[in-house]
Amino acid sequence: MSEPVNTSRRRTLIAATAVPGAITGAAAVAPFVATLAPSERAKAAGAPVEVDISNLKPGEKKNVEWRGKVVWVMKRTAEQLAALEKIPASQLQDPKSEKANQPAYVNGATRSISPDLVVMEGVCTHLGCSPTEKATPGELGNDWPGGFYCPCHGSKFDFAGRVFTGSPAPRNLDIPPHKIDGTKLVIGIGQDGKEA
Amino acid sequence: MAGTPSNHPSMFKNPVLNWVNDRFPLTALIKTSASEYYAPKNFNFWYYFGSLALLVLVLQIVTGIFLTMNYKPDAAYAFGSVEYIMRDVDYGWLVRYMHSTGASAFFVVVYLHMCRGLMYGSYRKPRELTWIFGMLIYLALMAEAFFGYLLPWGQMSFWGAQVIVNIFSAIPFIGPDLAVWIRGDYAIGDATLNRFFAFHVIALPLVLLGLVVAHLIALHETGSNNPDGVEINEGPKGNRWSKDAPADGIPFHPYYTVKDILGVVVFLMIFTAVVFFMPEMGGYFLEYNNFIPADPLKTPPHIAPVWYFTPYYSILRAVPPLFGSQFPGVIAMGLSVMIFFALPWLDKGAVKSIRYRGTLYKSYFAMFLVCFVVLGYLGVNSTDVWGQFGDWSSFLDTKDRATWVARVCTVGYFAFFFLMPWYTKADKTKPEPARVTMH
Repeated sequence: MSEPVNTSRRRTLIAATAVPGAITGAAAVAPFVATLAPSERAKAAGAPVEVDISNLKPGEKKNVEWRGKVVWVMKRTAEQLAALEKIPASQLQDPKSEKANQPAYVNGATRSISPDLVVMEGVCTHLGCSPTEKATPGELGNDWPGGFYCPCHGSKFDFAGRVFTGSPAPRNLDIPPHKIDGTKLVIGIGQDGKEA
Repeated sequence: MAGTPSNHPSMFKNPVLNWVNDRFPLTALIKTSASEYYAPKNFNFWYYFGSLALLVLVLQIVTGIFLTMNYKPDAAYAFGSVEYIMRDVDYGWLVRYMHSTGASAFFVVVYLHMCRGLMYGSYRKPRELTWIFGMLIYLALMAEAFFGYLLPWGQMSFWGAQVIVNIFSAIPFIGPDLAVWIRGDYAIGDATLNRFFAFHVIALPLVLLGLVVAHLIALHETGSNNPDGVEINEGPKGNRWSKDAPADGIPFHPYYTVKDILGVVVFLMIFTAVVFFMPEMGGYFLEYNNFIPADPLKTPPHIAPVWYFTPYYSILRAVPPLFGSQFPGVIAMGLSVMIFFALPWLDKGAVKSIRYRGTLYKSYFAMFLVCFVVLGYLGVNSTDVWGQFGDWSSFLDTKDRATWVARVCTVGYFAFFFLMPWYTKADKTKPEPARVTMH
């Protein structure tokens, strides 16, 4: 009555049930993983932001929320612009912003469209804290030219958002696409008409 | 009923108990896990913390359940609902302070419990799996603490989560997408809060409970280690309760249940004193900036994780970016936690307990403890806490003294683990006693 066990047939049957079972299981997990991605509503919330810059005084900085992040709109003083030029290139990780995330139409050491008005994400490129303004020269050691200091891990940036060497931040502050239209600044649409 | 074996179901006068035992092994379970579970008779102070961890787990689950009855996991209401619990719900402040103090107490107890394991070699063969389950509990606990910390939606909640989630975006190639997937949005927001709530109140507690059961089952399979690190199961047999039980074992119940009750009483005295008189613990248990609602536009001037994460956070901060990437720091931090899993295989010592180890091991162990504490201290402070080196140091990448101390301690921390196979082997150990000792 008892037949010897056909082990190879048994193995084939186990594989034939286990493999489709595992595939089905993985397929069943996929929708749960997908629910964790940003929803359509979250994706739609990234509209451009308009900022009135007519009353921005030299040395003043405005914090604007764009896509849940803080964007700094800052009018730099002549002294601050002069200080930017005096920083030795050896103290900056990327003095010419060659590795930075920034649109092509912001150029030069000032990293701005018009020299004085800089628009950049106030989000440290290390782990996303918002750096604090340390505007007074000498505030962070004798050779401090003024700029921003990240309270989380001590990254230092100049007034053009360029990161100093010795900071954990890997690159200069990001510059979002933006365009200037008289007294109106638009964040999220570039000077070249491209949307972020 | 003459002649029935001692564990036969229908042996009691109480008919209800017999009825249950015929259908469910109630008495047998109590016997195998307590009254006939023989633990070494030489447990000392360090053996309180396992049962205390279980107590804190129960406290956290019970207080947590009551907190969810008034808490709202919504970015618009979360902060207000916590203040509502604190001010308007009768005894809400007590439940909330018990939960927040319980989180820190959990880590105090778990760190002491782990330190015990290190000192007496409890992680070593044959208890490797007990140690691994314990480490998984520790990881689940860290995740639980991290998710829970976002829920009050204060400034530290928000920026702490911002930093930790961004750590994942440092992973090459998939990092940025992974961070978005974790947040459920392009920035920390309502979607993040909602899912962290789900993980905190249901997903991780279930995992935690399962792991605790596995930890205990594995422990009871091998039997407990003891301060001498010698196996009572390999010693002589026969004690006053059973001729087959290890001679150096005593029944867990009543001997260690009574001992643990003493521990519970002392623990609760300290715990309630903290809950009633200093629930914020000077900003270490509840950080002051967390009494300010989350503001995505402004990072508080000083941010640091809660104390129990700071040794690892210090390691993250100490490692400089390499090749323009902060990933090495992230790797070092991850490794500093994960390396504990490898302990059973890194330790080649001839003895388990620190009592019989030589000077070499003791020196490395002392160095590890000092490094851990110093890293923890530096992690709650900003990098300029010890000032800066003078101008001579301009060739260094940072002049902050504390950063350099953290770097030295990071090296010391890893040296304890990576050099372990060599120094434990070279160590001049003392002979182990044949049986446990009582001092």
